[in-house]
Amino acid sequence: MEKKFMNGNEAIAEAAVQAGCRYFFGYPITPQNEIPEYMSKRMPEVGGVYLQAESEVAAIYMVFGAAGAGGRVMTSSSSPGISLKQEGISYIAAAELPCLIVNIMRGGPGLGGIQPSQSDYFQATKGGGHGDYHLLVLAPSTVQEAVELTMDAFDLADKYRNPVMLLGDGYIGQMMEPVVFEKKPSPILPAKDWTITGAKGRKANLVKTLNLDPVILEQHNLKIQHKLQEMARNEVRVEHYLTDDAEVIIAAYGTVARIAKTAIQILRKKGVRAGLIRPITLYPFPYKAFEDIASRVKKILVAEMSLGQMVEDVKLGVCGRAHVRFYGRTGGMVPSYEELVMETERLVKEAL
Amino acid sequence: MAYLEKKGVYTNVLMAGFGGQGLMFIGKLLAYCAMKRGLNVTWIPSYGPEMRGGTANCTVVISDEPIGSPVISAPEALIVMNNPSLEAFESKLKSGGRLFVDSSLVTRKVMRKDVEVVAVPADDIAMEVGEKKAANLVMLGAYIAKTGVISKEDVAEGLRELFGAKIQFLDVNMKALEKGIQHTKT
Repeated sequence: MEKKFMNGNEAIAEAAVQAGCRYFFGYPITPQNEIPEYMSKRMPEVGGVYLQAESEVAAIYMVFGAAGAGGRVMTSSSSPGISLKQEGISYIAAAELPCLIVNIMRGGPGLGGIQPSQSDYFQATKGGGHGDYHLLVLAPSTVQEAVELTMDAFDLADKYRNPVMLLGDGYIGQMMEPVVFEKKPSPILPAKDWTITGAKGRKANLVKTLNLDPVILEQHNLKIQHKLQEMARNEVRVEHYLTDDAEVIIAAYGTVARIAKTAIQILRKKGVRAGLIRPITLYPFPYKAFEDIASRVKKILVAEMSLGQMVEDVKLGVCGRAHVRFYGRTGGMVPSYEELVMETERLVKEAL
Repeated sequence: MAYLEKKGVYTNVLMAGFGGQGLMFIGKLLAYCAMKRGLNVTWIPSYGPEMRGGTANCTVVISDEPIGSPVISAPEALIVMNNPSLEAFESKLKSGGRLFVDSSLVTRKVMRKDVEVVAVPADDIAMEVGEKKAANLVMLGAYIAKTGVISKEDVAEGLRELFGAKIQFLDVNMKALEKGIQHTKT
């Protein structure tokens, strides 16, 4: 397989095309502009549609429409733009429409800055829009993984009829790495017999989100809930790095996880047996991995480019059986491996 | 080369200068050539609200192992092509590291005593070969001559593949690269 040298944004876009995505709707924002730029060139080549909408709100409803008609469709944006899309994302989840939403996070709140951040973890994993729903959230930490997760995202969206979010930070989008495109064969997916494609010779389908009868709406919510539970049983992904003999664990995802790997190598040279647990699916979250590790490792450092968001899920998994410490930088600041080494050493020395 | 045959290849370099000097390009070129040699590489740019004439930088990491952090706090080498970049990054260079300075443009004095300074009048050399804009390749030549991370032939192949339609610029860039190598070896 030929290795290409690409930045994360372009690699995500190419992966989507190779996974059969033929509709892209978006609105520009740094640091993800290479995705729409690439799609504007690539979509016409494969007979797809690229459309720069008049706003993020319009773009997400174009995604709603294309998904409702059965197309493989995506949008991409960065933090403030993703906030604008939240209403539409809630509607898409309510209508059980498969699609991919890419968020290449930048520092917030508000318009914030354009440097990398992970401060949209809550928004991505805990709802974001209104109502009882969740996105399936995938968090790559290399460009290669961004490609693989993007390809899987479309299959997962179809399998569960649920929107999927690829959550990266600015560095995942901007960084260039070697990458190989290799599409695994798709699993057998349920037939899309619910799409709105003109009801010639069949019963009309209905895609809607309004349910005025609370009895029916509760049933609908329970159906979505059931899907999410199924997802939690089948789709959790997590990486363990040097955890077998670890006396201390760093928990991190995305770019911070790879900075943590460098920190762990330094710590091990200094005689500190550190390991990493890296959630790949942020929803469903790998609670079990933390439940298990807490039975033998009593110190966990959660590192994020935020002021403490994933740390809440780690604590839920650990459930009081280990000491959980948080270290974060925010606003576009990226923690260095020196900082993580120092924080880990401090935690190791601390008496419990 | 010899460097590559050693077990445990790991190196990194930060390059900084004015937007338009082509530092981002030689960073990509270096990473691309190392990738072609079967190594793992990362290239990460500064992507602030840069403008023409403003300062830009990128970091390249090369390793035969999977690369952890693509962001380096204390780089092993530094290539600087303007005064603000020297001012911003000199203090970050690892002790014992190499500092490649475009001495045609950088007038600021290097303060560090614990690093190897490689001064290359890159812009003057580039003028000599007939292409002012090829100063970046002169600096890359100096860098590969000192570090041996990739060879001249690797760069030639990489340039051919990356330049594509602009292949007419290949010769002058190769000349600039060779001058950079020669200058540093003598």
